Amino acid sequence: MKQYIEKIGKEGLRIDGRGFDDFREVKIETGVSKKAEGSAMISIGNTRVMAGVKMELGEPYSDSPDEGSLMVTFEEAQIASPDWEGGPPSLEAIEIARTVDRGIRESHMVDFKKLCVKKGELVWKVFIDIYPFNYDGNIIDACSIAAIAALLDAKVPKIKGDKVLYGELTKEKLPVIKVPITTTFVKVGDFIMVDPSLKEEVLMDARLSVSTSGKDKINAMQKSGSGGFTPDEVKAMIDKSFKIRPAIEEALKPLQGGKK
Amino acid sequence: MTKTNKSLRPDGRKEDEMRKISMEVGVIPNANGSAKFKIGKTIAIAGVYGPRELHPRRLRLADTGLLRCNYDLMSFSVSDRKRPGPGRRDKELSLVSSNALTSVVFLDKYDMQVIDVFIQIPQADAGTRCAGICAASLALADAGIPMRGMAGSISVGAIGKTVVVDLTKEEEDWAEGATDVPLTYCPKTGTITHLQLDGEITKKDLFKAIDMGVKSAEELVEMQEKVLKEKYDGGALK
Repeated sequence: MKQYIEKIGKEGLRIDGRGFDDFREVKIETGVSKKAEGSAMISIGNTRVMAGVKMELGEPYSDSPDEGSLMVTFEEAQIASPDWEGGPPSLEAIEIARTVDRGIRESHMVDFKKLCVKKGELVWKVFIDIYPFNYDGNIIDACSIAAIAALLDAKVPKIKGDKVLYGELTKEKLPVIKVPITTTFVKVGDFIMVDPSLKEEVLMDARLSVSTSGKDKINAMQKSGSGGFTPDEVKAMIDKSFKIRPAIEEALKPLQGGKK
Repeated sequence: MTKTNKSLRPDGRKEDEMRKISMEVGVIPNANGSAKFKIGKTIAIAGVYGPRELHPRRLRLADTGLLRCNYDLMSFSVSDRKRPGPGRRDKELSLVSSNALTSVVFLDKYDMQVIDVFIQIPQADAGTRCAGICAASLALADAGIPMRGMAGSISVGAIGKTVVVDLTKEEEDWAEGATDVPLTYCPKTGTITHLQLDGEITKKDLFKAIDMGVKSAEELVEMQEKVLKEKYDGGALK
């Protein structure tokens, strides 16, 4: 299969007929779990991922007494693929969660200072839990889009003292400043392609995820897989991630209301 | 709760009335069979993989296949976030769900193999195990696995002294005390394959509850069969 990917790669083709820089269609549905403060089921082609946001009140970390916190979890839910076998999170699953986490955290997507209820005592802790439902490649971007869509969908619950009144949401959305976008590329043989399909992702030599925001900001990168990229290849992928980004932004736009 | 006969329940349902139900099969492309089952505000999604090789090997059964359900209440499906991953409750319900469905599937021809059923609950408003079993029943049929019949699963019980079907979370938390009796019934085999009880209920009320549960399960199975026939146009099921 790998030889086949490389063979048709010479003709500029990919196994599902796409070009190297084509991102599959992104679809987003929000509010898929009414118990969550925010939720979304998203798809990239046949890859489907659900994310939910839950918010708890708790003590801030001592090094940031006036800031809320963020935590992302991901598990290789067995419903999504015959190749996932359950058990404690694999190293790959942890890497995925942390890559998504950094994309959101480092871009300062959410204004954590505004998630402080009482300095040094009470802040919002935001949990984003991500569950895949069908794995057909490009799991990192799928998780990232799902997490962002769920955050954009989220509304802050009402509180009474230090108790959260779950199920009673205020009209207040999370304080989102900007929306980072992650795009992932894989290298198979000599060819680099965005938004890997399942076989491309499984057979890849190396993978690079790039999270960007604004006109020219890169907020996070993660290289995975055992192979490598040349510096030029890396630069080319970073360039491309800005060019490919609008396809994903378009899908997220309806969630952002009047905000930019 | 009001004293009128018409509407004893907070959402105005009759005592033997289930919440609004919708079902869909074939929701997960990778799975051999899959289904989404919605009852009121509770949602269950099931995916079936197999029959396939069983690991670990020590679980292999020489003369029959193994049906293995995995129930997962998703972390954001409830008001207070649940820690992700299987807890003791998830594990128990996985077993209960497996036992509810094992006898309705013809497993004898799949010796040494496993049929895995993964049940995810993204939104919970009571009755999640029953919703999961209904989704699993649909998903198994969608996977083309030979079955003795479909299984309908519903929770019945008593709110105070009133016997009702399909309790909501609000009803389960009813201050005077509520009894929860989840059950699964296969009309084709005429057997209850799953029955639990939590609370306190008189024998008379329990008998009434079981009768109501069986009737509701029959209705659920009719609905399941209708959805499957719509998808397969009757052909694949004949």
